[in-house]
Amino acid sequence: MNFDFSEDQKLLQKTARDFLEEHSPLSVCRAVLESDQPYARDLWKSAAELGWLGTVIPEEFGGAGFGALELAVIAEEVGRALAPIPFSSSVYMATEALLLAGSPEQKQKHLPRLAAGESIGTFALAEKPGQNAAEAVETRFERGRLSGSKLPVPDGDVADFAVVAARTGKGVSLVLADLGADGVEARALASFDPSRSQARLRFENAPAELLGGEGEGAALAERLLDRAAVLMAFEQLGGAARAFEITKEFTLGRYAFGRPIASFQVLKHRLADLWCDIELTRSNCYYGAWALSNDEDELGSAACIARIAACDTFAAMSEDMIQMHGGVGYTWEYDCHLFYRRAKWLSAVLGNPSSWKHKLIDRLRARPA
Amino acid sequence: MDFNDTPEEAAFRAEARAWLEANAAYKNPDAPGQDPLGERIDDATLRAAQAWQKKKADAGWACIRWPAEYGGRGATAIQGVIWGQEEAKFETPPNIFSIGHGMCGPTIMAHGTPEQKQKWLPRMLSGEDIWCQLFSEPSAGSDLAGLRMTAVRDGDDWVVNGQKIWTTGAQFCDWGIIVARHDPSAPKHAGLTFFVVDMRAPGTEIRPITQINGGQGFNEVFYTDVRIPDSYRLGEVGDGWRVAITTLMNERASIGGMTGGGGGIGDLLRLASDLEIEGAPAIEDRAVREKLAGFYVRSKGVELTGRRTLSALSQGKMPGPEASLMKLVATRLIQEIAEYAVEIQGAAGATTDAESTPQAGRWQERYLAIPGLRIAGGTDEVLRNIIAERVLRLPPEMRMDKDVAYKEVPTGPPNT
Repeated sequence: MNFDFSEDQKLLQKTARDFLEEHSPLSVCRAVLESDQPYARDLWKSAAELGWLGTVIPEEFGGAGFGALELAVIAEEVGRALAPIPFSSSVYMATEALLLAGSPEQKQKHLPRLAAGESIGTFALAEKPGQNAAEAVETRFERGRLSGSKLPVPDGDVADFAVVAARTGKGVSLVLADLGADGVEARALASFDPSRSQARLRFENAPAELLGGEGEGAALAERLLDRAAVLMAFEQLGGAARAFEITKEFTLGRYAFGRPIASFQVLKHRLADLWCDIELTRSNCYYGAWALSNDEDELGSAACIARIAACDTFAAMSEDMIQMHGGVGYTWEYDCHLFYRRAKWLSAVLGNPSSWKHKLIDRLRARPA
Repeated sequence: MDFNDTPEEAAFRAEARAWLEANAAYKNPDAPGQDPLGERIDDATLRAAQAWQKKKADAGWACIRWPAEYGGRGATAIQGVIWGQEEAKFETPPNIFSIGHGMCGPTIMAHGTPEQKQKWLPRMLSGEDIWCQLFSEPSAGSDLAGLRMTAVRDGDDWVVNGQKIWTTGAQFCDWGIIVARHDPSAPKHAGLTFFVVDMRAPGTEIRPITQINGGQGFNEVFYTDVRIPDSYRLGEVGDGWRVAITTLMNERASIGGMTGGGGGIGDLLRLASDLEIEGAPAIEDRAVREKLAGFYVRSKGVELTGRRTLSALSQGKMPGPEASLMKLVATRLIQEIAEYAVEIQGAAGATTDAESTPQAGRWQERYLAIPGLRIAGGTDEVLRNIIAERVLRLPPEMRMDKDVAYKEVPTGPPNT
């Protein structure tokens, strides 16, 4: 049994960590958060040059031709750094969608540009609050034209194209839409985490083309969300682990009543519990990565498990991070809110944990554990 | 990344399974589970357990990780796990030797003289002798080093007086390992010495303790002028704490393993499918589904963390501090799952009658049994301290009793 990453994968992870520690300290995240720039362009360029954007893109399309496990370790590091780049939208959503359902022409057109960071993609599913599933979309695609509204779309303000879930004559389909085309309006929305953007997309008879078969959109979206959920769980895991380390260091350095506050049992026990949560979540994420890279039948439940654990753990960790810092944790100046914001942003974008819990039970009933 | 055996592991698994198939029957998956604390052991069960152990010993399948000179086969850690996984698939008597094999044996191996090892280990391995562990006292549980039992040197013997408690299986054991205080004027950790004790030595009185679930897994053991030969001492005089730590580390590993990963989540899913709430299967109720999903995620997390530990073993690495994590998380989870399984039964949750209670009342029984596991082998609170201090390297607890003679340490009222 070897339920762990290989030495090569760990080396890749270390390289990514070293790079991000030098080039993406939390001040880089904060700079995007506090400015009008939607993402860190230099860092995005570096991510392309390092080959991260094309990790799972085959070499014939300009990628590195690695598998999901390599992408998972990079995702964890992107999460640790709270890197303010549209990585999840372009890599886990748009790239995965093209790999899953793209025609040879579509792949040839988009994948090399995605790998090089020349094009940013995203996935536009939700249309209104409370919606998590593709079945309910009202945006329409008819005779090559797309009409409707998507709200909110992660990184929709900076994306060059979107994979859009739309209704067609045969149910729900996925379509590819160029966001620079006539009939498309993209408006940035204030984001809960301004280091990652959100947008409203409006389509009015905008040109678009089918991605995958007509009527296969709901099934494709489900597969896509499962795959993205695992990769995003690694981002969340990385964020939670980093928040834990920062919090632990703070409690060791902060003195009250003549002793480090980390010496009080009430905080020691809380940190011990958080550490356990993070370790269990790590195990759940590894399982998701294993299912993803082996394309196992188990991906259906493994993705839910990774997603639910990662959302819950990062949320709990970021809440306790502020609490354990005390008053300074609530200041703009301290970094705690960067984690608090990112945790909620990541937990909202692929469908909330509650929707994944129902998905998990449905899948367990369909295929006993 | 994979869950598969290496070729060597697969070959070993096949060899183990072949022997088991020739000597035991596969478990009936529908049979009720054995009680995990071995609380209901009668003479016939005892004899059957000893016979099975002897059979394994004769064929070289007992305590396979032990060196050949004591009857083992010097197997690797991962081979030990594989054997355990395979044996668990077969119908076998309850394992009444786990304390001996899991805690006493390793302690003797680490600290015993060659003569002591030869005297005790082979008979322990073959199941001829059954062993127990006598550490806790009424006033010393989590603070084990505060124990009061006295040991006074008298010629070639030590004379011990005092009381031990929570001794699993004492009523049917032949030997025990025991820690006593030989020097009350030394600081508490330094005044302890470790012995092997004959459970039938004159002056020993064993009284079973009835638990909240009616079981009698534990005992009180009273010592009145019991003589222990100095040749039964393990380690040096004053070395008792260091020797005891060896035992405790092995204990946590074995309880963490005992609780497994599942916590009964599969049973709970079946219960929620069979049970109706207001005319519809419970599993269709949104609140129930979210609760089940949360349990399932944590349950899988425990199971998969176990897999990570096994992977480390498989690669010949020492597992990290997961043993403390596994026990802390798993026992709590089993309790929450059992509590919820009783809750969704509605009014029937208040019955335990096997005929009329869902799943023959197993959840009510489990709910009554589980508080013991959250305490035995390190309470939740002690385990959190261990994780905080040994894993996370947070500052140790402030000790009021450090560097103070044991007899000067405040102790509160006498035993009640």
